[in-house]
Amino acid sequence: MLYRETGQFKISYAADQSVFPIAQDRWFIAAALAFAFLVVPWIANEYMLQAVLIPLLIFSMAAIGLNLLVGYAGQLSLGTGGFMAVGAYMTYKLTTAFPDLNIIVAFLLAGLVAAGVGLVFGIPSLRIKGFYLAVATLASQFFLLWLFNKVAWFYNYNSSGTITAPPREMFGVVVTGPTATAEVRYTVALSIVVVFAIIAKNLVRGRIGRSWMAVRDMDIAAEIIGIRPFQTKLMAFAISSFYCGVAGAMLVFLWLGSAETEAFSINESFNVLFMVIIGGLGSILGSFLGAAFIVGLPIFLTNAPQWFGAAMPIDLQKHIEIMLFGSMIIFFLIVEPHGLARLWQITKQKLRLWPFPY
Amino acid sequence: MEFISFLNLVFVAPFVDMVSFPIFFAEVVIAGVLTGIMYSLVALGFVLIFKASGVFNFAQGAMVLFAALTLVGLMELGVPVLAALLGAVAVMTVLAFAVERFMLRHLINQDDIILFMATIGLTFLIQGFGEMVWGSNVKALDIGIPSESFEVGGILLNEFDLFAAGSGAVLVAVLAVFFHYTRIGRALRAVADDHQAAMAVGIPLKTIWVTVWSVAGFVGLVAGIMWGAKSGVQFSLSLIALKALPVLILGGFTSVPGAIVGGLIIGVGEKIAEIYWGPLVGGAIENWFAYMLALVFLLFRPQGLFGERIIERV
Repeated sequence: MLYRETGQFKISYAADQSVFPIAQDRWFIAAALAFAFLVVPWIANEYMLQAVLIPLLIFSMAAIGLNLLVGYAGQLSLGTGGFMAVGAYMTYKLTTAFPDLNIIVAFLLAGLVAAGVGLVFGIPSLRIKGFYLAVATLASQFFLLWLFNKVAWFYNYNSSGTITAPPREMFGVVVTGPTATAEVRYTVALSIVVVFAIIAKNLVRGRIGRSWMAVRDMDIAAEIIGIRPFQTKLMAFAISSFYCGVAGAMLVFLWLGSAETEAFSINESFNVLFMVIIGGLGSILGSFLGAAFIVGLPIFLTNAPQWFGAAMPIDLQKHIEIMLFGSMIIFFLIVEPHGLARLWQITKQKLRLWPFPY
Repeated sequence: MEFISFLNLVFVAPFVDMVSFPIFFAEVVIAGVLTGIMYSLVALGFVLIFKASGVFNFAQGAMVLFAALTLVGLMELGVPVLAALLGAVAVMTVLAFAVERFMLRHLINQDDIILFMATIGLTFLIQGFGEMVWGSNVKALDIGIPSESFEVGGILLNEFDLFAAGSGAVLVAVLAVFFHYTRIGRALRAVADDHQAAMAVGIPLKTIWVTVWSVAGFVGLVAGIMWGAKSGVQFSLSLIALKALPVLILGGFTSVPGAIVGGLIIGVGEKIAEIYWGPLVGGAIENWFAYMLALVFLLFRPQGLFGERIIERV
């Protein structure tokens, strides 16, 4: 009763094509954004921002990127960590070489470089499909990390081999580096993620997104109706890598502060893939939900025993944590293989009819 | 001038090295072959499960680790070697039952990627469980395989490596016979082809899955013994699964001989590249060389060396 359109009252094409056709959705999104921008920075403490919210935003960004590739274009990729590393290292190079460059511009340029790298590693996708492609993309993961480890130029020949975010200002406020406050970094990350989520949402409704989905569902059929599979797949790889690259840059510059290639290991690739699958393949909302689940679950598992007053040895707790993480993933896949986004969709369908289900 | 010397370094000098020191080259090749066999052992487990259930079982590496941990753990409790081996096999069978009962049964007819993800979840589960029960320290594994070195025609060989190669060969032969000539082997292939059609002609899917996961567990145990005896039983064992992946795509996901040949190509290629070309780029190229090799190879044969031809219809 509360949550529905009560019929088709659209009188213009613009209304028909709106992103959020239901009024309540629009209010809710607006309220959530206002809350996230205006209220959260004031009420959240340092721990909450640094341990939960900032990584949540960053991994949402990476998950959106991977979701475009896996969920919309149907190209399974395990190279996410590598592309994130490209973004991070390129931002480092750019911002140390041009100290006056706006950090956001550096992020975007690094994203473009990552997109270029993604293009190259996307080339095999024309011939290789499915798991073969997934393993082939592992080549990018290992090769890129090796490159960033071996070639000293990428970390400016420093002895430790780590890249550290230098302090950079924007509108007179320190945004990156050790002196930047968590609130500022949170706000910057949030702004970037919101903008790119909106872009992604519109991308997948348009011509590009539709051709991705056609290729995903059956690439030969897509080819026959006039979609060029090579360009479409490469486009998916490039745009996905752009998102991942920006996410990687944010990971170092807005969250960790400094990092080695270890931060972009194969585990990160798997984690992002988990987010996409648990959140829901082919859903932008799902990317956020999945990121929240995967970022939140370990934190919950670490803190939960203390709430119940159960103390146990640290290594036993670590093992139980890993086991629970694994079983939760299996459990979720069994209960809802289409992800959290599908659960939300089902709820929405029910709500639309409630309380008169006939 | 510099360019020419670069070309020389890349395209000429390594080959000159190879020819002028044939014995060293032979040693490199043999070391590669033996490493390759170890890779093949891990890759075999993947192939078995993929053939029979279409599941890309990422947990194979964790199963290798778990099997080896169980074996070592039992031996530390004072169980004799043979009994410990049987015990480890029994544990892997129980694991197969559990996987079928609690995971696969609920995921019939799901997308491949969902099953793949579930096995990654399983990887975490097995790792956590194994280390919780048996501890996470590095353990030495010694079940009495000789490891003396000796020389044949100036080439240094190690008995242990030969033993590993031999047991790999035996394992493959047994599996090949099992798949081609036994009733259950044929049933396995039928299931691999089409779950529902196999069920329709009366093949019990559950039994087949338990069987094949048990066999994969057994192969994992053999791989675990070999790797464990070589480098100690430790967490990093589960990472060799990543090394088995390029072997798999090179050989084809569905082919037992492919896993072996792929393993040999990767093993030898990797060693040669590392020793002759590695120094040019700063070394440690072993990490990614296998993937690049497999990637380039796939461009020409997308289904791998021995994989079933991929036929696409609209």
